[in-house]
Amino acid sequence: MSAAGLWEIFNTAPLWQIVGLSLGVSLAATALATMAGIFLGAALAVYLFPGRRLLVILANAFLGLPPVVVGLALYLLLSRSGPLGATGLLFTPAAMVLVQFILATPIVTAFAHRAVENSWGLYGGALMVDGASRLRAVPHLLAIERAQILGAALAAFGRTISEVGGILIVGGNIAGYTRTMTTAIVLETSKGNLVLALGLGFVLIGISIAVSAAIFALGMRGGRGW
Amino acid sequence: MVKRAAAVLLGLALLGASRLHAADPQLGQSILLASTTSVENSGLFAQILALFTKETGVSVRVLAQGTGQALETAARGDADLVLVHDPEAEAQFIAEGHGIARRQIAWNDFIVVGPRSDPAHIAGGRDAVAAFTAIAEARTPFVARGDKSGTDALEHRLWRAAEIDPSKVGDGLWYRDIGGGMGAALNAASAMGAYTLSDRGTWLSFGNKGDLVALVEGDPRLLNRYDVILLDPKRHPEAKQEPARRLADWLASPEGQAAIGGFKIAGEQLFHPSADAPK
Repeated sequence: MSAAGLWEIFNTAPLWQIVGLSLGVSLAATALATMAGIFLGAALAVYLFPGRRLLVILANAFLGLPPVVVGLALYLLLSRSGPLGATGLLFTPAAMVLVQFILATPIVTAFAHRAVENSWGLYGGALMVDGASRLRAVPHLLAIERAQILGAALAAFGRTISEVGGILIVGGNIAGYTRTMTTAIVLETSKGNLVLALGLGFVLIGISIAVSAAIFALGMRGGRGW
Repeated sequence: MVKRAAAVLLGLALLGASRLHAADPQLGQSILLASTTSVENSGLFAQILALFTKETGVSVRVLAQGTGQALETAARGDADLVLVHDPEAEAQFIAEGHGIARRQIAWNDFIVVGPRSDPAHIAGGRDAVAAFTAIAEARTPFVARGDKSGTDALEHRLWRAAEIDPSKVGDGLWYRDIGGGMGAALNAASAMGAYTLSDRGTWLSFGNKGDLVALVEGDPRLLNRYDVILLDPKRHPEAKQEPARRLADWLASPEGQAAIGGFKIAGEQLFHPSADAPK
């Protein structure tokens, strides 16, 4: 690719809008999935209730949820002729956050469950002797396992920033509205602009690495202070 | 520690949400136009819809799908207006009560493209059916869309006219149904040295032609009409009827027609306005 071509990619306003939307959707989905996943994972680790084992198995099985299938199911739900059609969410960024939230939550849940279960086994007894309830023990367990939790959040971000099948179906790849880095790459490939598509791919990889590194560094620095 | 982490996560979610909000260009009204990849990929909409938005304040979100999928999207109530190019599927859409007021706004044509070496010897011909017959007899690779798009529908009509069922000719392996859009089909044909049927708009704007050249054109059966269809307000009350009608009217107006006719790639006109004299 020529330097001028590369400059053109960087210098176009739509590119920054596309990057902004990609980051907005995946960060929102990752943050929501991390909150939900930690809650679910910790609950599965420290509480005993009927169906717990089944939920643990499901969370792990859903690590491989196919994005296109989740996207299609959500499409049918959110369509005007579907049960949630009145929300008007189909072909909006919010629908894209929703599909990625569904894909990322099992990742955080499964990782958080494993981590908290591990430290619960090691320290749970001691915490309970100190008078902590199961609920009060959870923050301590999460603090002990913070590196694992951070890894779970990073895995969730990796899943969402690189995902294309689900957001293409529920977002529609609408220029200036629901077009993200990944759907733009699909589009430019289909237009035969392979060099431009690859250029966008490198930009996406760069951003993905930068954001992951930033999250990791922040998490580690925070960890030392905790 | 947990409180601080929760605050960070909440902050991230809000940051993401603010990005989503910033991405929403909702200045006034917006409508969703379900259209075909052949129009969107050519860059026509990017050029002409800005004029419409400037004039009316209505922003248009374009959903680029194959004709079959675009009509299905509209039939489910998920679009405000359609602009597609398959007369038979459009007639059915209207007969089923989804659409009213079909108007032709532009036309161009389809072409048969293939490798420069042209193993089926169809170059220079004007008869699309004869070309398809020659390709089937030579059993040279042919890329089919197989996605219920307008182009896919025409391809099937041409095979029927040739009285050929391509998947049953020889071992059928030369007939490669890729189940993808026009761009994907051209990428595949370019890589395989195969023939395919393309609309002229996508072909002219396509950037990976490689060894492919246009071989057969000028057959009246290769006419490609683009129609805009409004949704029936009784069947689809949720569709934004008024701004959708304004867009349809604008596309057929002298101004819209001039904008369509003025869209060129490398000096070549891609769409011929035809609101006043439908083909």
